[in-house]
Amino acid sequence: MSSPIFKSPVVRWIDHRLPIFSFMDHELNEYPTPKNLSYWWNFGSLAGMVLVIMIITGIVLAMHYTAHVDHAFESVERIMRDVNYGWLIRYIHMNGASMFFIVVYIHTFRGLYYGSYKAPRELLWILGVVILLLMMATAFMGYVLPWGQMSFWGATVITNLFSAIPLVGESIVTWLWGGFSVANPTLNRFYALHYLLPFVIVGVVVLHLVALHRFGSNNPLGIDTKGPQDTIPFHPYYTVKDMFGMAVFLIVFAGFVFFAPNYLGHPDNYIPANPLVTPAHIVPEWYFLPFYAILRAIPDKLGGVLAMFGAIFVLFLLPWLDRSPVRSSRFRPIYKWFFWVLVADCVLLTWAGAKPPEGIYVVLARLGTAYYFAHFLLLLPLLSIFETPRPRPTSISQPVLRGGGVPAGARAKPMEKA
Amino acid sequence: MRRIVLATLAAAALGLSVNAANAVEGVTVPEQDWSFDGAFGTFDRASLQRGYQVYQQVCAACHGLSLVAYRDLEAIGFTEDQVKAIAAQAIVTDGPNDEGEMFEREGIPADRFVSPFPNEQAARVANGGALPPDLSLIAQARAGGADYLYALLVGYVEPPADMELPAGMYYNTAFPGHQIAMPPPLSEGVVAYDDGTTATVEQMAHDVSTFMTWTAEPKLEERKRTGVKTILFLIVLTGLLYATKRKVWQHVH
Repeated sequence: MSSPIFKSPVVRWIDHRLPIFSFMDHELNEYPTPKNLSYWWNFGSLAGMVLVIMIITGIVLAMHYTAHVDHAFESVERIMRDVNYGWLIRYIHMNGASMFFIVVYIHTFRGLYYGSYKAPRELLWILGVVILLLMMATAFMGYVLPWGQMSFWGATVITNLFSAIPLVGESIVTWLWGGFSVANPTLNRFYALHYLLPFVIVGVVVLHLVALHRFGSNNPLGIDTKGPQDTIPFHPYYTVKDMFGMAVFLIVFAGFVFFAPNYLGHPDNYIPANPLVTPAHIVPEWYFLPFYAILRAIPDKLGGVLAMFGAIFVLFLLPWLDRSPVRSSRFRPIYKWFFWVLVADCVLLTWAGAKPPEGIYVVLARLGTAYYFAHFLLLLPLLSIFETPRPRPTSISQPVLRGGGVPAGARAKPMEKA
Repeated sequence: MRRIVLATLAAAALGLSVNAANAVEGVTVPEQDWSFDGAFGTFDRASLQRGYQVYQQVCAACHGLSLVAYRDLEAIGFTEDQVKAIAAQAIVTDGPNDEGEMFEREGIPADRFVSPFPNEQAARVANGGALPPDLSLIAQARAGGADYLYALLVGYVEPPADMELPAGMYYNTAFPGHQIAMPPPLSEGVVAYDDGTTATVEQMAHDVSTFMTWTAEPKLEERKRTGVKTILFLIVLTGLLYATKRKVWQHVH
């Protein structure tokens, strides 16, 4: 970790006293990165970019938004009509939330497929789940701010979940609301927290990156880098690759913002909140639908709430539920299939969550919920015992495994921990 | 008339299936051709102005347009003087003045459209208990948007023989539940179009639905124009970055 030599004497002077330039050089320039990362590894930096976009557009929106039940809806419409490019800023922010979840869900599933949560990256993974939880809280409170019908009724349904807690549930709900129903105090505190939490996310993202840079990125082979022959410097290789990925992603993002800005939203949220009129179906934003399906799949209120939060918390335990020493699904012939079944299961839950809780939809949601938990609590521990992984290459620079040929030495210790 | 909105179903089936929940349930909404459809869509100015006329002469008796200002009408092709004349027809309650009294004055372009009723209760008592919704955002606040509005306006038919309508209710093919408190608002020739277009029910429904789409999203044209430029820029940028990436990576592996 030798200090780089900077050309500018000013930079050298500062760096000698405050080594931020050395730090940036070390972490963003020469930072050794596995040379075999696929495009699935673009989604982390994409998530970072969306976070920045959300914070910038959010701060601009906050300059024009009024957090009061009598003015919130109209202030949003003022942004859409009278603020210069207000429509653009608001559509970016609105669709940015969906984009954030798409990117983060892909990032998470990539971690699942390639075993990125395994030792020594358990804390890296746990910090990621913390970010996901914070994002959900932030997105939920943000959706309340325009004070449309879905804002109001979504807030009512979700805050009411806490009433399922025995004994103190009702008191907690009153405390959350700041009153005896979702009303102005609720809107005000949600606004304050919606402004605060993104910066908490930034803090956890920094920790996520510190943990990441401790051992470096996992890679599609799931084996450790063995030396300089396996790595390339982050800059220019991954800076340019990330930028290319960002440009592709921005095309998709712009497609939604400019040509289907309300496709992912709900028409009812263009109706001002009315505590006296309940919408026919209260549906959360699409990115909450799998959890909403799990919530409604359990016939008991407390049970449903526990299952919904459990669906996230089981991810915290994942590094210890999956005992297989092999990270990448490339070398896990059975897990690979179950991974895709889990993906399909999540799609099923998303779909079921959008449907009314009746008839076949409830049955499917229950099956989907049961499978979701079975995957983590049953299948993964069993697979760790019964699955025979395929041989792994000895190093990244020698992955001559195309088409099933096994290089000498690749058979070594396939199951050293089992 | 019986052309079911395949687009809605296809979008639900092909797409994220999320919007399935947003589709109007148990109701068929035929898809119409709109000037503002597609990536290059723009508002037909003549249709917007006719639509404004329908709103002003028919809908405005019961429905407000409280998020739109008279000055906004310049964007649909009215001149400054025309807008001043339109605004001046409205009576705006302003004040308090120096004596502490509220007073009435002529509207000016900076005023928002004056709503027909002072409050919800007044609106309900004048409409047999039903509340005519403000129309500013109606095209975005209903699944199906302009297609739905059109279907609703042309959707008044005799109720099925086995259905008993309560007093003051009307049967409508597009309205969820089919019972609507709004009497059929449009009939042939109820508006005499300034530009001489024949005011059939279909023509008026089309024009006013176009106008409602504009009131819901007056920046729609700007959005699509900006979008085309943005996407073109991003495609070029993506190409350049891809070439750069290839160049930088050519000796790795």
